[in-house]
Amino acid sequence: MTIQELIEITGATDLTPNTDKSAVISCGYTCDLLSWVMAHGQAGMAWITVQTHMNVIAVASLMEMAAVIVPEGIEMEEASLEKAKEEGITVLASDKTAYELCALMAAQGLPGSPREA
Amino acid sequence: MAILMEQVFPVESGAYATAGEASTTIKRKLKQLGIDATVLRRVSVASYEVELNLVIHSMGGTLTLQVDPEKVTLISKDVGPGIPDIDKAMTEGYSTANEEARTLGFGAGMGLPNMKRNATDFDIQSQVGVGTTIMMSFALKG
Repeated sequence: MTIQELIEITGATDLTPNTDKSAVISCGYTCDLLSWVMAHGQAGMAWITVQTHMNVIAVASLMEMAAVIVPEGIEMEEASLEKAKEEGITVLASDKTAYELCALMAAQGLPGSPREA
Repeated sequence: MAILMEQVFPVESGAYATAGEASTTIKRKLKQLGIDATVLRRVSVASYEVELNLVIHSMGGTLTLQVDPEKVTLISKDVGPGIPDIDKAMTEGYSTANEEARTLGFGAGMGLPNMKRNATDFDIQSQVGVGTTIMMSFALKG
């Protein structure tokens, strides 16, 4: 699944129009504890979080994620969006809940993140 | 071992908005050096965690990056307050992060365990009233 396909499946709004939408998503994930995400995140991940501050972009960038999705109509901070554009991280916004977004992604066959043994 | 690169990044206490900048720069530099992707990921996770620890818990400090032909080394050195019980601090799920840090999604008690898990060698020394030094190295070859 590409980021473009993710946008079509979820009906999410693209807040970073200039990033590459042909990038392939490896897996889906949702969590709001950044340290937890640092421990379990994956490259190419589509990450759903209600956090909107700059550290979200730092984590996504360090983990080489494909996209960050902000659910439930929550607004991403402007400074975070600027940082996302600099780092080439796609940020999407949706009115759906994290649960609904996960269900839509899973229905299209996108796996969860592989757990380390 | 000859050091190929050394850079010191000052990290300010409480500077949440800029937290992660040192780690992002470190990752970029290591990528330019052509460091293996798996090692790069391990260094990135550990450097971000240790940088965040300096922001959240310390009274300020520095993060030093060293690269030699065999390993990447990260040294975090702060000026206090020091950790009274290191064993407790190393326990997954234990955190003394304040409310501000927790609101931002930190304080899961994963920082130090995450560092130890990702580093090849991990050492922490701390003295209350003096400061904490964490040294981590990441082997470049199996």
